[in-house]
Amino acid sequence: MSAREEVLEHHVEGHVAGTTRLFLWVWVALLFMTGLETLLAYEDMTLLIMLTLLMGISVIKTGFIMSYFMHLRFERMGLFLMIVPAVVFIICMILIFLYPDSIRLMHMQMR
Amino acid sequence: MNHTEAEPISEITWAGGPSPLAVNKKKLGMWLFLLSDSVTFSCLLIGYSYVRIASPDWPRPFEFYPAIVKATLLTAILLTSSLTMVLAVHAAHKKQRARAVKFILLTMVGGILFDIIHITEWINLIVNEHVTPFHNPWGSPLFGGAYFGLTGLHMLHVTIGVIYLGVMAWGFGTQRFAAEDVEVSGLYWHFVDLVWMFIFPLVYLINVVPK
Repeated sequence: MSAREEVLEHHVEGHVAGTTRLFLWVWVALLFMTGLETLLAYEDMTLLIMLTLLMGISVIKTGFIMSYFMHLRFERMGLFLMIVPAVVFIICMILIFLYPDSIRLMHMQMR
Repeated sequence: MNHTEAEPISEITWAGGPSPLAVNKKKLGMWLFLLSDSVTFSCLLIGYSYVRIASPDWPRPFEFYPAIVKATLLTAILLTSSLTMVLAVHAAHKKQRARAVKFILLTMVGGILFDIIHITEWINLIVNEHVTPFHNPWGSPLFGGAYFGLTGLHMLHVTIGVIYLGVMAWGFGTQRFAAEDVEVSGLYWHFVDLVWMFIFPLVYLINVVPK
């Protein structure tokens, strides 16, 4: 099959990527991380450390969902580059604008 | 669907093919919608996090049982419905029509269960704890608005998703829709799941009753 035919085949047929076994493993990993988050909520730590840990785990979970459930891992790199960096950039910009001030307010009230 | 008639393959002189990202227009459209929707939820969640961090009297009303147990269960239900959805898409691409419809219906059951359990949570807060969007008995009045706003918008997404999947199950079962359409509805469903992965820790887990 020539490269051109492969492109056509891919386009017309769509693609079946991943196996039931793989999806089950991803599901188990996601459930495990959810349980871990619930346990962490009962550990004694400051709000900022707690937030960082919980958001860290949630970002990993998001990565799993987007890569495997939403098939992004099996798509062209172009689709990933068009979608993910833009959202990450926007979220980082909002965070940079807001978080320093909310943390400042928190420290002011602590004194 | 035969794309060769619309766009002769012989005219393609680059490796991108008829569609440079190798996705159909519906899938691309859904991805772009999800991009904008993720920015909506980001703004709400970050705005909420701002007042949560800045308010020393932010209420922390969630007991281990029922609130946290229920929220963890809701997370598990959504994750499981995502699993059944991905299996539905898998079956649809393999042309196993009946199996795909069965898994879409299972996904809808997950969504409906999620709505029912979540509504009992809302009723408990409104009726027993007297929380409204503008008032609560514990502290910062922003709690009610943030809680009902965030979880309400998410519940709306779940409800719309259940209706969307119902249309898909019917349409795919009666051969009106193709496997690609099921895949596009799957993307929406997984996104609803993905958003909950942030609402769950931010709304519930950091507001557990302090020891």
